Amino acid sequence: MNSTTIDSTSPLRSLPDSAGHFGRFGGVFVPETLYHALDALSRAYTESRTDPKFQEELDQLLENYVGRATPLYHARRLSEQVGGASIWLKREDLAHTGAHKINNALGQALLTRRMGKTRVIAETGAGQHGVATATAAAVFGLCCEVYMGSEDIRRQAPNVKRMKLMGAKVVPVESGSRTLKDATNAAMRDWMESSQSTHYIIGSVVGPHPFPMIVRDFQSVIGHEARSQCTSRFGRLPDAVVACVGGGSNAAGIFYPFIDDQEVKLVGVEAGGRSAKLGHHAAPLSFGSPGVLHGSLSYVLQDDDGQTADVHSVSAGLDYPGVGPEHSHWHDAGRVQYTAVTDDAALEAFKLLTRLEGILPALESSHAVAHALELARSMPADQHLLINLSGRGDKDLDEALRLMGEKPAE
Amino acid sequence: MNRITAIFEELRAQGRKALMPFLTGGDPDLETTRRLILAAQRQRASICEIGFPFSDPIADGPVIQASMHRALREGLRCSDLFEMVRSIRGELTIGLVAMVSFSLIHRQGIDRFTSTASESGFDGLIVPDLTVEEAAPLRAAAAAQNLTLSFLIAPTTPLERARKLAEASSGFIYLVSRSGVTGEQSQLPSDLTERIEPLRTVSSLPIAVGFGIAEPRQVEQVVSVADAAIVGSALVRRLEQHLDEPIDQRVEAVEALMAELSKGLATEQVRM
Repeated sequence: MNSTTIDSTSPLRSLPDSAGHFGRFGGVFVPETLYHALDALSRAYTESRTDPKFQEELDQLLENYVGRATPLYHARRLSEQVGGASIWLKREDLAHTGAHKINNALGQALLTRRMGKTRVIAETGAGQHGVATATAAAVFGLCCEVYMGSEDIRRQAPNVKRMKLMGAKVVPVESGSRTLKDATNAAMRDWMESSQSTHYIIGSVVGPHPFPMIVRDFQSVIGHEARSQCTSRFGRLPDAVVACVGGGSNAAGIFYPFIDDQEVKLVGVEAGGRSAKLGHHAAPLSFGSPGVLHGSLSYVLQDDDGQTADVHSVSAGLDYPGVGPEHSHWHDAGRVQYTAVTDDAALEAFKLLTRLEGILPALESSHAVAHALELARSMPADQHLLINLSGRGDKDLDEALRLMGEKPAE
Repeated sequence: MNRITAIFEELRAQGRKALMPFLTGGDPDLETTRRLILAAQRQRASICEIGFPFSDPIADGPVIQASMHRALREGLRCSDLFEMVRSIRGELTIGLVAMVSFSLIHRQGIDRFTSTASESGFDGLIVPDLTVEEAAPLRAAAAAQNLTLSFLIAPTTPLERARKLAEASSGFIYLVSRSGVTGEQSQLPSDLTERIEPLRTVSSLPIAVGFGIAEPRQVEQVVSVADAAIVGSALVRRLEQHLDEPIDQRVEAVEALMAELSKGLATEQVRM
């Protein structure tokens, strides 16, 4: 993985270049104080890639602790209801702690130990990455603090309790919109002071290089498993893969191993919120423009003066004005198609998957399900559509019931 | 010659040091900022740093962050700040440096931002979230507009990298006194001298020290080894404490602290 300098016409798989660029996106836009920590992280990660012991320990944890490989499930009743392509679910909701986030948290916790650091910090929106980091910290005996917007603490209360039980300190963030963006600001500020002893476990494919690459690589286990599972279950690669995109880690993890397979259509689904108006959604690839946020250049939702815009999504995990720089490159390169799904459509999908398959999806993943239903309907019956079911919805139960209760009965 | 460069040359020739107050532009309104820039000049500041409010200032501590959000809540735009500076430039002999997130510069466009900054009366730029690796386009544009561009050197920066940052800088080097975000500290790190001496061997640019300076005694300590002391959060906090008062009292309160701080420039006047 020792990347060398290449231009943006290189195959997508070989990115980022040595400066952390995905085409014109990515890079390192941070205060000088953090440069040293990022440099040390790059070196530790590069070494770990060629250390068989590191890889073996991670593989063992993923198998025996996380419960990988996660199943590939044929959603028969859902497929019948839609009447089109066969719908398959990559069951990341069955990973330990209930979402894909654990894949990255464990990998970065191993890196933390390798760098001789004893404390980890994290930002969290829905609380899934916070729980995953608290879990990894418990396993490795690391001190853990999780920054979380106070609005998210309210709407994701069960995850807050889980983090605390595992020994993590949850720090409420009261600034700005009191959601994921502000939690990320707070975590970065902590790291400015603490980087000598602390590793910042970023939860998505965002932030300065090398984070987008590291998180993508740790999450790519999803796509690698899915590739071989598809081949053994229906004899070929899927015709389409659909995943939700907030920062974009579950999507990067399932897309990346398919990125050179031009016959596989890749679709990322952003949070369309209430409407296409700025402030009503959290869909930078659908409605935003290139800008710098949290250390890298990528699509971002901002006003015409350059201030980060307010965002909205029913799903705390997608409620973020930025997106990983590699998604921006895949978007501009035309390799991945990005679209947005409204709060209401996601809630409908949430209900439908629960009713028809007995699977309660996270509100984040419900966005992918909502678009996949539409896409499957337009595909012939002999085709196969794969959804990354990135997390389970137990954490959303109260919030979803509250929101559905507000709607008129159907 | 650029005004910042000229100011430091003159100070050096006279054996004097510089006080560089930082003000958040538009906190809580532009008239307050305008009057405080004039106050800084009265209180013997050499250069004034004007912070451009940004929604997500990751290098700033809670005090400056809150001040930026106050300004943005009132709907402040970059163009308002440029307009205010343009209106006051004729009354000023001190240098003006814009402290601005690269996010804002990128959004406005590098060429447009630098030309507007220069033409409205700024003399230099500090861009706290721009690494030297990503800086080539801005360096070229700043040079073309006769604006200085000062890179920050952190306690975590090795000397070899510090040399690179100094070479990329113009006007002065911004030495960050300690790791972490902006904000006042009761004590300055004891290793300032050990950090500045090697820097002198790799660069002849003036060295300004910032982060954590809040008192005349600290100003005095800093300028005993460096060329300038930057004071930010302490002034912004003083302003914050007087927000409810009429503008005259508000400005007076902050100016009083500026007067205190400038005592640190002349050793014989300091009796803490």
